[in-house]
Parts: sequence; C-alpha cells; structure tokens
Amino acid sequence: MTPLNAPSAAAPQNTAPDADPILAFQHVSLGFDGKLILNNINFTMQHGETRILLGPAGCGKSLLLKLANGLLSPDSGTVRLFGKDLGSLLRDDLYSLRANIGMVFQEGALFDSLSVRENVAYRLREENRDEEYIEAKVREVLQFVELEHAIDLLPSQISGGMRRRVAIARAIITQPALLLYDSPTGGLDPITSATIIELIIKERDIFGGTSLLVTHRLQDAFSLATHTFNATTQQMERIPNRGLAPNTKFLVLNNTQMVFDGGLEDLLRSSDPFLRAFLA
Amino acid sequence: MELEPVEFLKEKILRVQEYALLSAAGIGNLFRRPLYVADIFAQADLIGVGSLPIVILTGFFTGAVLALQSAYTLSQFGAKSITGELVSLSMIRELGPVLTGLMVSGRNASGMASELGSMQVTEQIDAMRALGTDPIKKLVTPRIVATVVMLFFLTIVADAVGMVGGGVVSTAMLGIGSSQYFHASIDILRYPDVLQGMVKPIFSGLIIATIGCFYGMTTKGGTQGVGRSTTQAVVASSVLIIATDFIVSRFMIAAFGR
Repeated sequence: MTPLNAPSAAAPQNTAPDADPILAFQHVSLGFDGKLILNNINFTMQHGETRILLGPAGCGKSLLLKLANGLLSPDSGTVRLFGKDLGSLLRDDLYSLRANIGMVFQEGALFDSLSVRENVAYRLREENRDEEYIEAKVREVLQFVELEHAIDLLPSQISGGMRRRVAIARAIITQPALLLYDSPTGGLDPITSATIIELIIKERDIFGGTSLLVTHRLQDAFSLATHTFNATTQQMERIPNRGLAPNTKFLVLNNTQMVFDGGLEDLLRSSDPFLRAFLA
Repeated sequence: MELEPVEFLKEKILRVQEYALLSAAGIGNLFRRPLYVADIFAQADLIGVGSLPIVILTGFFTGAVLALQSAYTLSQFGAKSITGELVSLSMIRELGPVLTGLMVSGRNASGMASELGSMQVTEQIDAMRALGTDPIKKLVTPRIVATVVMLFFLTIVADAVGMVGGGVVSTAMLGIGSSQYFHASIDILRYPDVLQGMVKPIFSGLIIATIGCFYGMTTKGGTQGVGRSTTQAVVASSVLIIATDFIVSRFMIAAFGR
C-alpha cells in the first residue's frame, strides 16, 4: 500500500524547487455582463507555499480560485499551472492536469447520491485502482480527517462541518501538488471552524503541500500564519515567541485589484487605508 | 431600446449554439476514452426499465381507444373488419413512436434536467471537473446512449402492446374475430412502415437526452432555476419530438412512397 504522503502517480514531473512556479497569474482580468470583477491580477505561488487570499465578500476570491484550475477562463492575461498556460491546453489535457489539484468547495460540493466512502474514493475509481487499494486509502484519509466512523453515511446524514472534512479528504486522497480551498470555514460555527483550520494546518505541516486558501475570516487566516501542527500531541499550537509559519503568505483583493501580496508582518504594518480598515 | 430584439435574438442563437456544442460533445465522446459503461447500464435501467409500466399502459389504452373510435367510423362504411389494419398502421407508424417519446420525455427529460440542474447549482458539476472528470463524458454521454437504445425498444413494446389493446377491444367489444384482427394487422404492414416506426425513436431519444442534459447543465438561479429548467426541458423536448416526427414522416413518405 502506498502511504498517504507518497507522491501521486499522476503528479507533474516538474516539482523540483527550482522549477516553474506551481501557479502564476499574469495580467489576468475577468468580467461578467460588462462588469470587471478582476483587473490585471499578478502573483506567483512557489512549491511548498501556503497563500491565504483575503478580501471583502463578493470581490472575486472564489472566481480567482476557479481561474486557478481552469474552471473559468480569463478575458485577458495568462494563468500558468505547473508551468503550462491553461488557455493553450486541449480539454483532455486540462482534465489530466486537474488530477494534480485538489479543490475544496465553499459548501463541500459532495456528490449527494454517493456515500462518504464513494465520495472520497471518487478520484481513485477514476484512476481504475483496485478495490483493496481504494478501501485502504479511503480509510487512511478518513482517519486523517477523523471521520472513519462516517464512512457509510450519505452527505445528507452528516453535519456541515463533517461535510467540509469529507471534502478535504476527497481533495487530498491522491496527495495533489496543489490544494485549493474555497472558504472552507464559511458558514460554520467557531468551534467547527477551528477544527477545519487545524486540519488544514495539519495537512500543510505533515505533507508540506502547496495550497491557496480563500477566506474572509481574519481569525482563520491569522491562525494559519501563527500556528503549527504538533504531530506528538496531535493538536495545533501557537508558534513560540510570536513566530510565524514559514511560507505562509497573504494576498488581499479589493475592488477588482490585488492590493497586497506578502507576509503577515507586512500586512499588519501596512499603511494602506483599505487594509487598515479591513484588518481593524 | 431598439437593440432589445437584437439582443434577444443573439441570446437565443447563443443558446442554440451551446445546445449544439453540448450535443456534439456528448455524441463525440462515444469515440473517446474513458467510456462510462457502468453509468450507461445504470441509466438504461432507470430510463428503460423504469419507463416500462407507463409505456405499457399508454400503449395498451392507445391501441384500445384507437380500435374503439375507428371501428365506429369504419362501420359507417361497412368496413369494420379492417379495424386491425388501421390500429396497427397508426400505432407502428405514428402513435407508438410519438406517444412513447412524449411519455419518456415527461418522465426522463425532466428527471435529467432536475438531477443535473441540482448538481449544477450545488457546484457538484464543478467539483467533478475539478476532480479531473469531464462531466459531459460522465453524465451526458451515458444518458444519450441509454435513452436512444431504450426508447427504441420501448417503442417496440408500445407498438406490440397497442396492437394487443386494439385486439382486446375488437374481440371483446366490437365482435371482430381475434384471428381476423391480428391477420389484418400484420398483413397490412410493409417494410417502410416498420422502418418509419423504428427511425423515429432514435431521433426522439436524442432529443430527450440532449435537451434534458442541456437544460440541466445550464441551470442557474438555485432551486427556482432547477424548477424552471425541468419545465423547459419537458416543453422543449415534447415540441421537438412532435416537430421532428412530422419532418421524419415527410421524408420517409417521400423516400418510400408510403
């Protein structure tokens, strides 16, 4: 059995640290019905980075995430994923490339007619893995999100927080090279939110993956930057001496523009009036 | 304000283009891997076996009422004995294919539109794309294959049951001998009649599946949107089935002379 942290068979070849950025937005703009939503967005994500995308509700954060894995195409500009221009890929190549990305949707987007087991196993079934391997892997990843007991339940039989955890399990089962989280704590109570954030920190610190996380909850964003997962106690804890998680950086969107790209300290020190008001 | 009709027209043309592209991709995927065979069988069971009761009931009573009505008219001319011919020709050339298409459309085009529409508004279709699966291959192609194949056989069942229905009424209520009825029914049929009846469900099956999937996959606006898509799918597929029936009939009559 392949351990959970083994690289996926379908992982892209160019994952060396000095290779192309995992994700690069170059002058990306997108609008709907004549209204510009994203204007000239530029940023890159390197291997092993966690980027937290902040911004007020409705500013286009989720759209940016959908652009990142080619679910939407920009009106202008280029999105490069694993060094490949998404706009120049054939449909089948784009689907193959997506096998290296895990995405957690805002409401989980679990297949409601499939059990938790089948939802989590979905990608492995698409890869035609054998039953024994699938069962072992599904149980392993459900243990990771502490939901093994819910394996036979349907999405309608579990709570909102559990659905997000199942969605995370489904996204990470093949250990994709890039994880995209779309407001994973949106609409959840504070305790459940903390559980989800702990899970994301656990994934980041144990597997060292690259992830882009959208949220409008500042407390979640700051927790990601200031906490680490302790594998011994199996809990997240604050980094001592007001330390910050390495490679965890912030992007802030406002009014169609990317207004900030940098670390937590720079964000907190920023004199930009919008950022000061947003963080207040 | 002057531009409004142009914008309206543009929007409709764009919808037709979207529909054509989705249908072409759905059919084209038959020749591309992977082919979701298990999903085809699951849909065939749902569409074919699931529709069997309504198709049998509709077929039986259509044949029965056709015999009842035509016998009354034919008896005015002393031609009640050819009731079987009229029932079998009507059922096989026209009513069997059209009514089966309409019944299956009411049951399955709506089912497809609501199922895929619900998946669309809850981001399950996007999730499928994000997981590296082409939803047209996984969801649309199996439905097209299953509907075309199963509607073909359902039409045969409806034709046969309709003739039986006509036979029951003819023998039990009209005093026509069963042997006379069934002989007349079979003898009147020619190859072009059967061909016409067998070609129509192929078109109807394509219409039901592509329209149902198209309205489902393009659903917007939450649960209200799902309801709207469902209604539009049934209306559009029903109208298209009848319109296509006319075109196919005209073409077949021109080609075969009957």
